[in-house]
Amino acid sequence: MATVQVTGTTTANGTKPVVINEGDVVTGAEILLECLRREKVDTIFGYPGGANLWIYRHLPKFPDLHHILVRHEQGATHMADGYARARRGTAGVVFATSGPGALNCVTGIATAQYDSTPLVVITGQVATVAVGTDAFQESDVIGVTMSIVKHSYLVQDIESLPRIVREAFHIATTGRPGVVVIDLPKDIQNQKHAFHWPAEPVRLRSYNPTTKGNPLQIRRAAQLIDEAKRPCLLAGRGVLISQAEDELLELSRRASIPVGWTLLGTGTYPVGDELSLHMVGFMGAGYTNKSVLGCDLLIMVGMRADDRVTTKIDSFAPQVENIIHIDIDPAEIGKNVRPTLPIVGDAKHVLGEIAKLVQPKRLDSWITQIDRWKEEHPIRYRTNTGVLQPQDVLKEMYRLADSEAIVVADVGQNQIWGALWWDYRQSGLYLNSGGAGTMGFAFPASLGVKRARPEKTVWCVAGEGGFVMTMQELATAVHENLDVKIVILNNYCLGMVRQFQDDYYEGVRSAIDLHGAPDFVKLADAYGIPAWRTERIGDVPGILKQMLDHPGPCLAEFIIDPEANVRPIVPLGAGLPDFVEEIVEEGM
Amino acid sequence: MSTRHRLLSLLVENHPGVLNKVSSMIRRRGMNITSLTVGETDDDSVSRMTIAIDVGRAQADQAVKQLYKLIEVVKISDITEDPIVDRELVLVKVAASRGDRSELLQIVEIFKAKIADVGTESMVLEMSGSEDQVETFLELVRPFGIREVARSGTVAMARGRDGLRLSSKHQGRGAAAQPDLEAADQKRRAAGVLVGD
Repeated sequence: MATVQVTGTTTANGTKPVVINEGDVVTGAEILLECLRREKVDTIFGYPGGANLWIYRHLPKFPDLHHILVRHEQGATHMADGYARARRGTAGVVFATSGPGALNCVTGIATAQYDSTPLVVITGQVATVAVGTDAFQESDVIGVTMSIVKHSYLVQDIESLPRIVREAFHIATTGRPGVVVIDLPKDIQNQKHAFHWPAEPVRLRSYNPTTKGNPLQIRRAAQLIDEAKRPCLLAGRGVLISQAEDELLELSRRASIPVGWTLLGTGTYPVGDELSLHMVGFMGAGYTNKSVLGCDLLIMVGMRADDRVTTKIDSFAPQVENIIHIDIDPAEIGKNVRPTLPIVGDAKHVLGEIAKLVQPKRLDSWITQIDRWKEEHPIRYRTNTGVLQPQDVLKEMYRLADSEAIVVADVGQNQIWGALWWDYRQSGLYLNSGGAGTMGFAFPASLGVKRARPEKTVWCVAGEGGFVMTMQELATAVHENLDVKIVILNNYCLGMVRQFQDDYYEGVRSAIDLHGAPDFVKLADAYGIPAWRTERIGDVPGILKQMLDHPGPCLAEFIIDPEANVRPIVPLGAGLPDFVEEIVEEGM
Repeated sequence: MSTRHRLLSLLVENHPGVLNKVSSMIRRRGMNITSLTVGETDDDSVSRMTIAIDVGRAQADQAVKQLYKLIEVVKISDITEDPIVDRELVLVKVAASRGDRSELLQIVEIFKAKIADVGTESMVLEMSGSEDQVETFLELVRPFGIREVARSGTVAMARGRDGLRLSSKHQGRGAAAQPDLEAADQKRRAAGVLVGD
């Protein structure tokens, strides 16, 4: 049995890789790190500080835990979030110190939690005896994060540490995934105790997510599908999380069900297939909204039916005879839209079972109707304006990039353009902060994505407003050589806010002017990475090709039409049938 | 109990901080707690809460589902429409001059209340009953002059054989314990320091 030398001084053994075995007496920090290793963690996004230095003291002895030093703790949470989204079923891991370090994680924790992404965030806390005294860099992390986490732990004694870590990973990654915070006081990090790994599977009497759908409800769902003449299915992020894409495709094709998706469900169904609709809701495709309104059976899978999907709630499928809602989280069923048939369970299991039971059929007249809506309400934008349009850039990116490249979008117009103008044929290729809508998400998240999927081309698409919110992570990208292609769509203003002010806030443009943004090419140069800028459509392919050829992080700034809008859109306060489309003048 | 109130019974892990999580969850969902009681049960790892919330049925359903998402909530039952026994304890200090006392004593007798304390100018009455009975009792003693009222909040359980208990479904341990600030405080005092190293 190997024993571990912990001397606390700089000896030859101070950073030598260690093996920790059952019963070895080691410090709390080493217990934590050994537990992470046993949870098969390979990457930690973190930032050291006064209250987690014992963890960092021992970290070099665990070379299989690769630590990525971020430049702001918010960046760490977004990176871990991107990492976890790209490597499905795996939790992202974050280290932060107490007080400001932990508080900087708050936005990123909420972002991950809203989109059901598993994270385990380990914050240092002041020593046990100082907790509650308003000590230096003390903050009540448990209290502050209470409403934005799935669960949290303040470690009280060293014996419970391995059990807490095991529970944390179990809770974060199972059921509806989410964020678990572990607040670890610094004295416990340096206390010694015999290592004991609780090998038995975690069983919590108060936490038993329902994964298998009720067989009677499933049979009833199949019956409703068999009876339906105009079925329509909407897929959310739950389909992606449970990896139910094959079951979805099988069910859709077998029973002739057209499929649309939420923003977070983008890619769960291949764009352009015969039965594919497109994004639904506030900024969704007109023909998807028409299908939702015109169907006789609506099936919602792994989605929350939030206000960006339903628009005005009573305008959402009011005439639809039957609504089936499938979700692993019972609290989402009936929260916004009342289904006639609720099914609690994992999307993969439930869709798979339903697909086995339904009768094969083809609904030609319904498909013909949908094709007509597709012709009448195409997603379109203003071309030939003489000014570079954001859609020109995205279409060109799609044409040049391989079809399996990953796009990480920020928040705002770029997010919707990214969802509408790239034909995703697999899920997991378009990532964004759909629930929390956190500006500044895309760039750090894309670094986490690249870390998780180094074989993929990773594009970060952001506006200049969101990019500058977290652009300090350029240093992290360079330091770790994380090859992310950064595309900044610069319109020198807060585009979505400008569009809303023009259309819904009496046309008064207020606090949207972003002139004063840095010269992004020079900024990239300061970090030693190549960059390009253009406002001409003709330059776009050449720049994109050079970006793809460059083996490392690089940046392109496209100066786009400041008047470009997101279309279609349902005006604020209006309902699903009232979507407004882009007016494209004939012959232009 | 007014018709808009819903009465929930909960079994939760007996950890510090759970009460905070439960009440925060209800607050975050925009609901108003009108009464909340919590105490230990025969199983010392489990506490029981009785919560009255000022919402309709659909919202109460949502509250139940959201509360179930808290890892430390083991079991919940909306018992508003069940046959239940519900009790609340009230202590009320009433101005009681010599002349008023006999009339007060009659009310005490009708409600099977008790006199918990007698002073020269006031009495503390102790009464338990359903929320309605407590309300009525307070109405009747009000004319004498109420100095102070302390109500316990409602505790309730279903009548009959069945009840809110952990079943075989609830195997396994409770989630690891939550912050115990009192223990931390004791440790701190024992250590004789205010701030750690």
